[in-house]
Amino acid sequence: MAHTPAEGSEGTETPGACRFGPAVGLSCRECGQSYDLGPRYACELCFGPLEIAYEFGAVTREAIAGGPPNIWRYRGLLPVPANVADTPNTEPGWTRLVRADNLAKALGMRALWVKDDTGNPTHSFKDRVVAVALAAARELGFTVLAAPSTGNLANAVAAAAARAGIQSVVMVPADLERQKIITTAVYGGTLLAIEGSYDDINRLASEIAGEHEDWAFVNVNVRPYYAEGSKTLGYEVAEQLGWRLPEQIVIPIASGSQLTKVDKAFHELAKLGLVEERPYRVFGAQASGCAPVSSAFRAGHDVVQPVRAETIAKSLAIGNPADGPYVLDVVRRTNGAVEDVSDEEIVDAIRLLAATEGIFAETAGGVTVATLRKLVAEGRLDPDAETVVLNTGDGLKTLDAVVDAVRPTATIRPSLDALRGAGIFDRQGHQERAGLE
Amino acid sequence: MTSETVTVRIPTILRNLTGGAAEVSAEGGTLREVIDKLEAAHPGIRARVLDDGGKIRRFVNVYVGDEDVRFAQGLETPTPAGTQVSIIPAVAGGA
Repeated sequence: MAHTPAEGSEGTETPGACRFGPAVGLSCRECGQSYDLGPRYACELCFGPLEIAYEFGAVTREAIAGGPPNIWRYRGLLPVPANVADTPNTEPGWTRLVRADNLAKALGMRALWVKDDTGNPTHSFKDRVVAVALAAARELGFTVLAAPSTGNLANAVAAAAARAGIQSVVMVPADLERQKIITTAVYGGTLLAIEGSYDDINRLASEIAGEHEDWAFVNVNVRPYYAEGSKTLGYEVAEQLGWRLPEQIVIPIASGSQLTKVDKAFHELAKLGLVEERPYRVFGAQASGCAPVSSAFRAGHDVVQPVRAETIAKSLAIGNPADGPYVLDVVRRTNGAVEDVSDEEIVDAIRLLAATEGIFAETAGGVTVATLRKLVAEGRLDPDAETVVLNTGDGLKTLDAVVDAVRPTATIRPSLDALRGAGIFDRQGHQERAGLE
Repeated sequence: MTSETVTVRIPTILRNLTGGAAEVSAEGGTLREVIDKLEAAHPGIRARVLDDGGKIRRFVNVYVGDEDVRFAQGLETPTPAGTQVSIIPAVAGGA
């Protein structure tokens, strides 16, 4: 993206130039207006989202590979200071890229990988974005880390603030999965359970962000910085594939930010010569109970009509997705697609991924795998092309989704007779198939 | 001409137009009328909230009470006396 220097920022070295690494300013994605780096997130002229503008220095594969086994190996590509790894943070990232041959076989595909972000400190990709937001909040002088959340972000913010020794204020829907409430509250920050939907809470956060000058709402008033953290998913996928872009990637859509940032990461890597430029296709995945972007894609619209969310995939239940229009741009530009899947298909896909690869995904991972399955079945995704599917969170946080679908094979007394009577020895050959139903 | 008075919450990025006020009063029986009154009192505000075609900008959310006007009647949404209208940047979130 072209960058015009912000007015009044002429001179040799702005303080931002080192405090925010290679970031040099903010620019409006809608109208191109430029701003100095600061705690801004919406364009003063048109309310459009502000994006970080960079002037990258020399970044080599060797320098990255020599960095720490977390997202800070890419610090030269993020709006963070060079010493970011030295300040207390949760050190997320560098999660497994799992070659998923069993799942590929089950779906009739040739080369499939699962980027498994359950390996992050609080078991979702949110640790990545929060780590970048924390670094920005520190540089911008904020002392409280805050967020409206559907759960995963709540976990990540509360943990990151605890680690950094600062206060946190997190707002979640009161009907959120119990696991996500507990896994936030345990970190000891302020946790507000709000009787409303995520969109209601997001509105509340948007109204108070900026009113409290000490509060950094990670996904509101420091969102331009926060969102850049998702680029690290794209960088890692490419590096782990041996500095290569995948031919196809399937990404869940909540606000849509993650999808656009993975695309941005691929684009940057090619531009910097770290990978060979090649065509790739980006596919977006939503739950049918909250599919505003999928509906817009299907209808050929370039704007997204908000919906009221109703799905078991609560981490994706954003009815008014801020980056929806940009998701549509990316998938259309890359010849991809956006598709949505039913709650039943989500549960089936969670079980399929678990039974084939030993990975227990949260509902959002069920959404991506189910969407992958659907797109392959419909012939819209090439089964012979190298494909990566993102699993962005851990199934232990959304047990409710599968509690009625899985159970012990049998409950028996501890005796050999009981074991024989349960028919366990006869079942061995059926187990694999059972998981793939 | 109506006499319904509503309060309007002004986002920080528009407060240079309201002399720094976070909340202002306006009259109007519909959102469209309220915005017209706002424009008269605080010139420039309409162009920031509405696009060239007169529609609510893509990255602006407007609420009448608790209702996102996109779920109601858009600019024709009624604004009874005492209602609170909120203008909020839409670029937020990422659960």
